Amino acid sequence: MLPTPVTSHLSKNELYDSVYDPAEDTFILLDALEQDAQLIKDSRICLEIGSGSGCVSAFAGQICGSTSCLYLSTDLNPNAALCTDETGKVNNIPLNPIIADLTSPLASRLDKSVDLLLFNPPYVETAMDEMSVAQESGKIDTTWAGGEHGMTVTNRVLNGGLVEKLLSEKGIFYLVAIQQNKPEQIIQDMLPHGLHGKIVLKRRAGREHLQIIRFARTVIES
Amino acid sequence: MVRLITQNLLSCPSNACAYPANFPLSFRDVSTIEVVETDFNEDFIRRHLPKLEWNALRKSAAELGNTDLPEVSPDLSDAASVPVEVIKTLHHVLLEIQVQDGSMACPSCNHNFVIKDGIPNMLLAEHEVRK
Repeated sequence: MLPTPVTSHLSKNELYDSVYDPAEDTFILLDALEQDAQLIKDSRICLEIGSGSGCVSAFAGQICGSTSCLYLSTDLNPNAALCTDETGKVNNIPLNPIIADLTSPLASRLDKSVDLLLFNPPYVETAMDEMSVAQESGKIDTTWAGGEHGMTVTNRVLNGGLVEKLLSEKGIFYLVAIQQNKPEQIIQDMLPHGLHGKIVLKRRAGREHLQIIRFARTVIES
Repeated sequence: MVRLITQNLLSCPSNACAYPANFPLSFRDVSTIEVVETDFNEDFIRRHLPKLEWNALRKSAAELGNTDLPEVSPDLSDAASVPVEVIKTLHHVLLEIQVQDGSMACPSCNHNFVIKDGIPNMLLAEHEVRK
Protein backbone atom coordinates (compact mmCIF):
# COMPACT_ATOMS: atom_id res chain seq x y z
CA MET A 1 0.00 0.00 0.00
CA LEU A 2 1.41 3.34 -1.04
CA PRO A 3 1.47 5.96 1.70
CA THR A 4 -1.16 8.71 1.62
CA PRO A 5 0.53 12.01 0.76
CA VAL A 6 1.30 14.28 3.68
CA THR A 7 -1.30 17.06 3.96
CA SER A 8 -0.82 18.10 7.57
CA HIS A 9 0.04 21.63 6.41
CA LEU A 10 -3.65 22.21 5.70
CA SER A 11 -4.51 22.49 9.36
CA LYS A 12 -1.54 24.73 10.10
CA ASN A 13 -2.26 27.57 7.69
CA GLU A 14 -5.37 29.77 7.78
CA LEU A 15 -5.03 30.34 4.04
CA TYR A 16 -6.06 26.73 3.54
CA ASP A 17 -9.35 27.01 5.46
CA SER A 18 -11.24 27.10 2.15
CA VAL A 19 -9.34 24.11 0.78
CA TYR A 20 -11.00 20.71 0.89
CA ASP A 21 -9.34 18.51 3.47
CA PRO A 22 -8.77 15.01 2.06
CA ALA A 23 -11.66 12.79 3.10
CA GLU A 24 -13.25 9.47 2.18
CA ASP A 25 -14.02 10.63 -1.36
CA THR A 26 -10.34 11.50 -1.80
CA PHE A 27 -9.21 8.18 -0.38
CA ILE A 28 -11.45 6.04 -2.56
CA LEU A 29 -9.93 7.79 -5.59
CA LEU A 30 -6.43 7.08 -4.27
CA ASP A 31 -7.36 3.43 -3.80
CA ALA A 32 -8.75 3.21 -7.34
CA LEU A 33 -5.53 4.65 -8.73
CA GLU A 34 -3.43 2.24 -6.70
CA GLN A 35 -5.62 -0.65 -7.83
CA ASP A 36 -4.92 0.42 -11.43
CA ALA A 37 -1.24 1.16 -10.91
CA GLN A 38 -0.08 -1.13 -13.73
CA LEU A 39 -2.54 0.52 -16.08
CA ILE A 40 -1.56 4.12 -15.35
CA LYS A 41 2.11 3.98 -14.35
CA ASP A 42 3.40 4.98 -17.80
CA SER A 43 1.35 8.16 -17.97
CA ARG A 44 3.30 11.13 -19.36
CA ILE A 45 0.77 13.89 -18.77
CA CYS A 46 -1.54 13.89 -15.76
CA LEU A 47 -4.20 16.59 -15.38
CA GLU A 48 -6.30 16.99 -12.25
CA ILE A 49 -9.38 19.22 -12.42
CA GLY A 50 -10.13 20.80 -9.07
CA SER A 51 -6.99 19.69 -7.27
CA GLY A 52 -7.97 21.08 -3.86
CA SER A 53 -5.17 20.12 -1.48
CA GLY A 54 -3.18 18.44 -4.25
CA CYS A 55 -3.35 15.11 -2.43
CA VAL A 56 -4.54 13.14 -5.46
CA SER A 57 -1.95 14.52 -7.87
CA ALA A 58 0.81 13.93 -5.32
CA PHE A 59 -0.40 10.34 -4.98
CA ALA A 60 -0.46 9.88 -8.75
CA GLY A 61 3.13 11.07 -8.61
CA GLN A 62 4.07 8.06 -6.51
CA ILE A 63 2.61 5.72 -9.10
CA CYS A 64 3.81 7.43 -12.25
CA GLY A 65 7.12 8.76 -10.94
CA SER A 66 8.31 12.19 -9.87
CA THR A 67 10.29 12.85 -13.06
CA SER A 68 8.50 10.66 -15.59
CA CYS A 69 5.24 12.53 -15.88
CA LEU A 70 4.07 16.13 -16.12
CA TYR A 71 1.57 16.89 -13.36
CA LEU A 72 -0.80 19.74 -14.18
CA SER A 73 -3.74 20.80 -12.09
CA THR A 74 -6.39 23.46 -12.02
CA ASP A 75 -8.55 24.91 -9.30
CA LEU A 76 -10.84 27.95 -9.07
CA ASN A 77 -9.58 28.70 -5.59
CA PRO A 78 -6.20 30.49 -5.45
CA ASN A 79 -5.58 29.08 -2.00
CA ALA A 80 -6.14 25.55 -3.27
CA ALA A 81 -3.57 26.18 -5.99
CA LEU A 82 -1.12 27.41 -3.33
CA CYS A 83 -1.90 24.38 -1.20
CA THR A 84 -1.40 22.03 -4.16
CA ASP A 85 1.99 23.65 -4.69
CA GLU A 86 2.99 23.04 -1.08
CA THR A 87 1.65 19.49 -1.09
CA GLY A 88 3.79 18.75 -4.13
CA LYS A 89 6.89 20.13 -2.44
CA VAL A 90 6.26 18.35 0.85
CA ASN A 91 5.78 15.05 -0.95
CA ASN A 92 8.61 15.56 -3.49
CA ILE A 93 6.39 15.44 -6.54
CA PRO A 94 6.71 18.47 -8.85
CA LEU A 95 3.16 19.73 -9.35
CA ASN A 96 2.11 22.58 -11.64
CA PRO A 97 -1.04 24.15 -10.24
CA ILE A 98 -2.96 26.76 -12.20
CA ILE A 99 -5.86 28.92 -11.02
CA ALA A 100 -8.43 28.26 -13.72
CA ASP A 101 -11.99 27.40 -14.55
CA LEU A 102 -11.97 23.67 -15.29
CA THR A 103 -9.47 23.18 -18.14
CA SER A 104 -10.00 26.37 -20.12
CA PRO A 105 -6.39 27.57 -20.51
CA LEU A 106 -5.04 24.10 -21.31
CA ALA A 107 -7.65 22.45 -23.54
CA SER A 108 -6.35 23.80 -26.86
CA ARG A 109 -2.76 22.67 -26.29
CA LEU A 110 -3.64 19.40 -24.57
CA ASP A 111 -5.82 18.10 -27.38
CA LYS A 112 -5.66 14.27 -27.26
CA SER A 113 -2.69 14.55 -24.91
CA VAL A 114 -3.76 13.70 -21.38
CA ASP A 115 -2.89 10.16 -20.29
CA LEU A 116 -4.38 10.47 -16.81
CA LEU A 117 -7.33 12.77 -16.16
CA LEU A 118 -8.61 13.08 -12.60
CA PHE A 119 -11.71 14.77 -11.23
CA ASN A 120 -13.22 14.69 -7.76
CA PRO A 121 -16.02 17.17 -8.38
CA PRO A 122 -18.40 19.00 -6.06
CA TYR A 123 -20.85 16.07 -6.22
CA VAL A 124 -23.23 16.79 -3.37
CA GLU A 125 -26.84 17.33 -4.37
CA THR A 126 -27.93 20.83 -3.35
CA ALA A 127 -30.72 23.23 -4.21
CA MET A 128 -29.71 25.46 -7.15
CA ASP A 129 -29.77 28.66 -5.15
CA GLU A 130 -27.67 27.04 -2.44
CA MET A 131 -25.19 26.14 -5.13
CA SER A 132 -25.05 29.65 -6.65
CA VAL A 133 -24.46 31.14 -3.24
CA ALA A 134 -21.76 28.59 -2.57
CA GLN A 135 -20.03 29.14 -5.91
CA GLU A 136 -20.04 32.89 -5.42
CA SER A 137 -18.80 32.75 -1.86
CA GLY A 138 -15.48 31.26 -2.86
CA LYS A 139 -15.51 29.50 0.45
CA ILE A 140 -15.33 25.81 1.30
CA ASP A 141 -18.87 25.20 0.01
CA THR A 142 -17.71 25.46 -3.59
CA THR A 143 -15.79 22.27 -3.02
CA TRP A 144 -18.89 20.15 -2.55
CA ALA A 145 -22.07 21.95 -3.69
CA GLY A 146 -23.18 20.35 -6.93
CA GLY A 147 -26.72 21.56 -7.60
CA GLU A 148 -29.30 19.25 -9.19
CA HIS A 149 -28.35 15.59 -8.65
CA GLY A 150 -24.96 17.01 -7.65
CA MET A 151 -24.06 17.13 -11.35
CA THR A 152 -23.91 20.82 -12.29
CA VAL A 153 -20.12 21.13 -12.34
CA THR A 154 -19.52 17.56 -13.49
CA ASN A 155 -21.81 18.11 -16.46
CA ARG A 156 -19.77 21.07 -17.60
CA VAL A 157 -16.88 18.66 -18.03
CA LEU A 158 -18.83 15.68 -19.38
CA ASN A 159 -21.31 17.49 -21.67
CA GLY A 160 -18.73 20.02 -22.77
CA GLY A 161 -16.87 17.33 -24.70
CA LEU A 162 -13.80 18.02 -22.62
CA VAL A 163 -12.98 14.42 -21.80
CA GLU A 164 -12.85 13.10 -25.34
CA LYS A 165 -10.98 16.23 -26.41
CA LEU A 166 -8.28 15.87 -23.77
CA LEU A 167 -7.72 12.14 -23.44
CA SER A 168 -4.84 10.61 -25.36
CA GLU A 169 -5.46 7.41 -27.29
CA LYS A 170 -4.82 5.27 -24.23
CA GLY A 171 -5.78 7.98 -21.77
CA ILE A 172 -7.90 7.19 -18.72
CA PHE A 173 -10.32 9.43 -16.82
CA TYR A 174 -11.25 8.80 -13.19
CA LEU A 175 -14.36 10.47 -11.80
CA VAL A 176 -15.61 10.40 -8.21
CA ALA A 177 -19.38 10.03 -7.91
CA ILE A 178 -22.09 9.14 -5.42
CA GLN A 179 -25.30 7.23 -6.00
CA GLN A 180 -27.36 10.46 -6.28
CA ASN A 181 -25.29 11.42 -9.34
CA LYS A 182 -26.76 8.34 -11.07
CA PRO A 183 -23.46 6.74 -12.13
CA GLU A 184 -25.09 4.19 -14.42
CA GLN A 185 -26.75 7.06 -16.30
CA ILE A 186 -23.42 8.90 -16.52
CA ILE A 187 -21.84 5.82 -18.08
CA GLN A 188 -24.71 5.51 -20.58
CA ASP A 189 -24.51 9.18 -21.49
CA MET A 190 -20.78 9.01 -22.17
CA LEU A 191 -21.05 6.22 -24.74
CA PRO A 192 -22.01 8.58 -27.59
CA HIS A 193 -18.89 10.58 -26.64
CA GLY A 194 -16.86 7.53 -27.58
CA LEU A 195 -16.00 6.74 -23.98
CA HIS A 196 -16.45 3.44 -22.19
CA GLY A 197 -17.09 3.75 -18.46
CA LYS A 198 -16.93 1.26 -15.66
CA ILE A 199 -17.45 1.51 -11.92
CA VAL A 200 -14.12 0.23 -10.63
CA LEU A 201 -14.54 0.80 -6.92
CA LYS A 202 -17.43 1.31 -4.53
CA ARG A 203 -17.42 2.21 -0.89
CA ARG A 204 -19.92 3.43 1.65
CA ALA A 205 -18.74 6.34 3.79
CA GLY A 206 -21.39 7.45 6.24
CA ARG A 207 -24.47 8.24 4.16
CA GLU A 208 -22.56 8.53 0.91
CA HIS A 209 -22.32 5.59 -1.47
CA LEU A 210 -19.08 6.54 -3.18
CA GLN A 211 -18.07 5.21 -6.56
CA ILE A 212 -15.14 5.66 -8.87
CA ILE A 213 -16.02 5.60 -12.55
CA ARG A 214 -13.17 4.96 -14.96
CA PHE A 215 -13.50 6.03 -18.60
CA ALA A 216 -11.33 5.17 -21.59
CA ARG A 217 -11.66 5.19 -25.35
CA THR A 218 -11.75 1.39 -25.38
CA VAL A 219 -13.11 -1.25 -23.03
CA ILE A 220 -10.38 -2.22 -20.59
CA GLU A 221 -10.18 -5.93 -19.85
CA SER A 222 -9.35 -6.45 -16.22
CA MET B 1 6.42 28.19 -9.89
CA VAL B 2 5.51 28.60 -13.53
CA ARG B 3 7.78 26.41 -15.54
CA LEU B 4 8.17 26.86 -19.29
CA ILE B 5 6.88 23.33 -19.84
CA THR B 6 3.56 24.57 -18.40
CA GLN B 7 3.59 27.99 -20.08
CA ASN B 8 4.14 26.24 -23.43
CA LEU B 9 0.74 24.58 -22.85
CA LEU B 10 -1.22 27.68 -21.81
CA SER B 11 -3.44 29.66 -24.15
CA CYS B 12 -5.88 32.45 -23.41
CA PRO B 13 -9.24 31.07 -22.16
CA SER B 14 -11.25 34.08 -23.36
CA ASN B 15 -14.18 33.42 -25.70
CA ALA B 16 -12.95 36.33 -27.81
CA CYS B 17 -9.80 34.40 -28.69
CA ALA B 18 -9.09 31.31 -30.73
CA TYR B 19 -6.06 29.05 -30.79
CA PRO B 20 -3.38 29.54 -32.12
CA ALA B 21 -3.79 33.33 -32.16
CA ASN B 22 -4.02 33.24 -28.34
CA PHE B 23 -0.71 31.40 -27.91
CA PRO B 24 1.92 31.72 -26.56
CA LEU B 25 1.20 34.11 -23.75
CA SER B 26 3.92 36.78 -23.51
CA PHE B 27 5.74 37.25 -20.24
CA ARG B 28 5.54 40.76 -18.82
CA ASP B 29 6.90 42.47 -15.73
CA VAL B 30 8.61 39.34 -14.49
CA SER B 31 10.14 40.39 -11.19
CA THR B 32 11.17 37.03 -9.71
CA ILE B 33 12.66 34.10 -11.56
CA GLU B 34 14.24 31.15 -9.80
CA VAL B 35 16.51 28.59 -11.36
CA VAL B 36 15.92 25.34 -9.53
CA GLU B 37 18.15 22.36 -10.15
CA THR B 38 15.92 19.44 -11.10
CA ASP B 39 16.63 15.74 -11.61
CA PHE B 40 17.28 14.96 -15.26
CA ASN B 41 15.07 12.33 -16.86
CA GLU B 42 16.19 12.03 -20.48
CA ASP B 43 13.33 9.73 -21.41
CA PHE B 44 10.72 12.15 -20.09
CA ILE B 45 12.07 15.02 -22.18
CA ARG B 46 12.29 12.86 -25.32
CA ARG B 47 8.71 11.69 -24.89
CA HIS B 48 7.52 15.26 -24.41
CA LEU B 49 9.09 16.50 -27.66
CA PRO B 50 6.04 15.98 -29.90
CA LYS B 51 4.02 18.23 -27.56
CA LEU B 52 6.41 21.16 -27.81
CA GLU B 53 5.74 24.28 -29.80
CA TRP B 54 9.38 25.08 -30.49
CA ASN B 55 9.17 28.67 -31.71
CA ALA B 56 6.83 29.61 -28.87
CA LEU B 57 9.15 27.99 -26.34
CA ARG B 58 12.20 29.76 -27.75
CA LYS B 59 10.40 33.11 -27.71
CA SER B 60 9.16 32.62 -24.16
CA ALA B 61 12.58 31.49 -22.92
CA ALA B 62 14.13 34.58 -24.46
CA GLU B 63 11.58 36.75 -22.65
CA LEU B 64 13.01 35.27 -19.46
CA GLY B 65 16.58 35.91 -20.53
CA ASN B 66 17.48 32.45 -21.85
CA THR B 67 18.69 32.09 -25.43
CA ASP B 68 20.12 28.56 -25.21
CA LEU B 69 17.68 26.96 -27.62
CA PRO B 70 18.73 26.78 -31.30
CA GLU B 71 16.62 28.73 -33.77
CA VAL B 72 16.03 25.67 -35.92
CA SER B 73 13.96 23.08 -34.17
CA PRO B 74 15.21 19.49 -34.13
CA ASP B 75 12.89 16.88 -35.57
CA LEU B 76 10.41 16.68 -32.70
CA SER B 77 8.63 13.71 -34.25
CA ASP B 78 11.83 11.63 -34.16
CA ALA B 79 12.69 11.81 -30.48
CA ALA B 80 15.54 9.32 -30.64
CA SER B 81 17.39 11.41 -33.23
CA VAL B 82 17.65 14.53 -31.10
CA PRO B 83 21.18 14.94 -29.68
CA VAL B 84 21.46 14.54 -25.93
CA GLU B 85 22.97 18.04 -25.63
CA VAL B 86 19.73 19.49 -26.95
CA ILE B 87 17.76 17.27 -24.57
CA LYS B 88 19.82 18.60 -21.66
CA THR B 89 19.22 22.17 -22.77
CA LEU B 90 15.52 21.47 -23.03
CA HIS B 91 15.53 19.98 -19.54
CA HIS B 92 17.00 23.19 -18.20
CA VAL B 93 14.72 25.49 -20.15
CA LEU B 94 11.51 23.53 -19.60
CA LEU B 95 11.88 22.53 -15.97
CA GLU B 96 14.54 24.54 -14.17
CA ILE B 97 13.59 28.14 -15.02
CA GLN B 98 10.67 29.02 -12.76
CA VAL B 99 8.72 32.28 -12.72
CA GLN B 100 7.53 33.28 -9.26
CA ASP B 101 6.11 36.76 -9.88
CA GLY B 102 5.12 38.52 -13.07
CA SER B 103 2.38 38.22 -15.63
CA MET B 104 1.52 36.77 -19.02
CA ALA B 105 -0.43 38.56 -21.75
CA CYS B 106 -2.58 37.17 -24.52
CA PRO B 107 -1.16 38.12 -27.94
CA SER B 108 -4.69 38.38 -29.29
CA CYS B 109 -6.84 40.18 -26.70
CA ASN B 110 -4.03 41.53 -24.49
CA HIS B 111 -5.62 40.23 -21.31
CA ASN B 112 -3.06 40.14 -18.51
CA PHE B 113 -2.79 37.00 -16.37
CA VAL B 114 -0.95 37.55 -13.10
CA ILE B 115 1.61 35.10 -11.72
CA LYS B 116 1.91 35.45 -7.95
CA ASP B 117 3.95 33.21 -5.66
CA GLY B 118 4.53 30.93 -8.62
CA ILE B 119 0.85 30.39 -9.39
CA PRO B 120 -0.65 31.73 -12.63
CA ASN B 121 -4.20 33.07 -12.41
CA MET B 122 -5.97 32.15 -15.63
CA LEU B 123 -9.43 33.33 -14.57
CA LEU B 124 -11.24 35.94 -16.63
CA ALA B 125 -13.86 38.51 -15.84
CA GLU B 126 -17.38 37.05 -16.04
CA HIS B 127 -18.14 38.31 -19.55
CA GLU B 128 -14.97 36.86 -21.00
CA VAL B 129 -15.53 33.32 -19.80
CA ARG B 130 -15.52 30.72 -22.57
CA LYS B 131 -18.92 28.99 -22.47
